[in-house]
Amino acid sequence: MVPLIQKEVVDEKGWIEAEDFIDILALAQTAPGPVAANTSVFVGYKLVGVPGAVWALAGTVLPSFIVILVIAMYFARIADSAVIKAAFSGIRPAVVALVASAAINIGKTALHDIKGVVICVLAFLAVAIIGIHPIPVIIGSGILGYVFFKDDEAAVLKSQ
Amino acid sequence: MGDDEIMTVLLFKLLFTYAKMGLFTFGGGYAMIPLMEKELIQVHKWLSMQEFMDIIAIAEVTPGPVAVNCATYVGYKMAGVWGAAFATIGVVLPSFVIVISIASLFLKYKDTPSVKAVSKGLRAAVTAMIASAALSMARASVVDVRGIVIVGLVVLGIFKMKIHPIICIFLAAILGIVLWGGAMSVPGL
Repeated sequence: MVPLIQKEVVDEKGWIEAEDFIDILALAQTAPGPVAANTSVFVGYKLVGVPGAVWALAGTVLPSFIVILVIAMYFARIADSAVIKAAFSGIRPAVVALVASAAINIGKTALHDIKGVVICVLAFLAVAIIGIHPIPVIIGSGILGYVFFKDDEAAVLKSQ
Repeated sequence: MGDDEIMTVLLFKLLFTYAKMGLFTFGGGYAMIPLMEKELIQVHKWLSMQEFMDIIAIAEVTPGPVAVNCATYVGYKMAGVWGAAFATIGVVLPSFVIVISIASLFLKYKDTPSVKAVSKGLRAAVTAMIASAALSMARASVVDVRGIVIVGLVVLGIFKMKIHPIICIFLAAILGIVLWGGAMSVPGL
């Protein structure tokens, strides 16, 4: 969705400068929540303040809200058909593959050194083996990240 | 409690549960899946693992952010149109509040070593948690050779052939109809 937002608000409407959009994207990816929602809130807020944020977010969410509602209403009626059941028997392993590939893609950007791997392994043990809730694990990994990487990042900043 | 009260309680449970998940999702998209697995399947028992995976597939092939689509679908399943509205508002509420309140602060500090360091730690953990979610999903849904073949094909499709995930899901659906639909008419398969 982000490339579409960029095309529309930067190239077509000219609401946001290309450089500012890079900042907006950085914020949207670092702040919690769906990236597309964060992006639209920020773009709307930058242009028209809080009302702009409300309308931009509503505009982002409403189309899929309506589409999903229609699908959800209809799907319950056909879910028991043999063909749909067979189709979803094929779809579920595909979802496994999609989720696994998402893990691989994020891992490529996150696991550059032994410290990243240590956090990754600890988080995996905590969630998959011990069964700890993801929220404390996320908080803990933020703290570990701060402790592990702060000096590295400071050194990188100095060298630039 | 009357029916209305039970409904009201459920609506606010949906709102708070989704707000909690929105608040702790870093990295967008699939980063919410580990939280959804924990909250929706284990804590609230609103969904089975199969239903959860079906909803992810539907959310993926529908336009719009996957996490938001999932919220709408689960909300509707639990409490109709109002449930869909409360869950959807819940999942975007933290984004709204946080982006508006810290936008200017963030732009000032986003390149500082502290923010970058915390963000690196979060990404490493999100990698692990998504991988863990993929494993639990595999345990629940990949039960024979047909499933393993589809997992292998989709991984190949995504990384080697760069096929779009939506196309992968549709191709897997066709394979499903061929492989599982056939089993119903062919005895012994």
